[in-house]
Amino acid sequence: MGLSNIEELDAMHIDVLRELGNIGSGNAASSLASFMGKEINIDVPNVRILDFNEVADYIGGPEKIVMGLLVDTIEDLKGMILYIFDDDFVKSVVKVFFDKDFESFSELSEMEISAFNEIGNIMASSYVNAIGSMTGMKIDISTPSIAVDMAGAILSYPTAKFAEIGNKVLFIDDSFGIGSTLERVKSNMILVPEMDSLNNLFTRLGVM
Amino acid sequence: MGMVTIGISDLNIATPPNILVTYALGSCIGICLHDKAHNIGGLAHIMLPSSKEATKASDNLRRYADTGIEELVNLLKSKGVLVSSLTAKIAGGAQMFQTNCSTFNIGARNITAVKQVLAKYRIPIIAEDTGLNFGRTVFFDVATGVMQVKSVNQGVVNL
Repeated sequence: MGLSNIEELDAMHIDVLRELGNIGSGNAASSLASFMGKEINIDVPNVRILDFNEVADYIGGPEKIVMGLLVDTIEDLKGMILYIFDDDFVKSVVKVFFDKDFESFSELSEMEISAFNEIGNIMASSYVNAIGSMTGMKIDISTPSIAVDMAGAILSYPTAKFAEIGNKVLFIDDSFGIGSTLERVKSNMILVPEMDSLNNLFTRLGVM
Repeated sequence: MGMVTIGISDLNIATPPNILVTYALGSCIGICLHDKAHNIGGLAHIMLPSSKEATKASDNLRRYADTGIEELVNLLKSKGVLVSSLTAKIAGGAQMFQTNCSTFNIGARNITAVKQVLAKYRIPIIAEDTGLNFGRTVFFDVATGVMQVKSVNQGVVNL
């Protein structure tokens, strides 16, 4: 018997997802550190199961302008990862990489955007690799795509795409310190697995 | 003047001086219906094209273009509005991400569905700001029938 809807997750399932979130985020942070050539320290991530409609409020309201970076996960774990980077995160990365002061999202150059593409790629790959090595699942990711817009509009993509499997998502917020001089920044990650894949994952981990 | 906020998969009606508002439409569509003579209007924020996609009886039917518009029309009718006196303005239906998975352009499917449902009711669409790849916030002034669309790069447009 598998789950047919994310709302059927019980406390044990959620604990397992939390733990995967912790390990995946740790992996992602260390890959990011070697890519950026800076020390990155990361707090234990917060892993929550949220309603889609709570997510926008959680990241600053539906009209807050953010960068959304989307990758599809394919093979054994089908689904989607959406990173939400706010202006503080973008500011830190632009400072570290390009030694520039970030003014606004509309002034990001193509080269700067492509750096975020690469960051998303690295974070998502190391995240799914962590899950893959724990579960024996083969997981790959698509090329990332980026949108800079109102948070609510960006979130409409996963909300609509995954409406049939429920209103809940796995929401992970990572708090980073990049380098030594910069303040802590947050990156938010939303993971939405398809139900068949999620059932497969739980079976492999022996919690089904 | 009060703001009546419409959330995702929700709808409501208002009379002057109230303004109906819905924030950050992406692939979703805001449908503003207006009866100038009766000075009343309604706004629905739909997320998906068809209630045939509903999987559970408990699904919120305001989520879908067909059932959402139907409920809004019925709500206006219950206030004495004739369907034949309604006009529509619509906004949203963007494709927020250019993904490899091109079959999933829910914004375009929503636009098509909304137009079909409004055609079924013979409600003319007198203004629209739909498609493309950006988010939109909609303010609908039921006193004037003006739909104000706000977006990050295009600023404010009155339709």
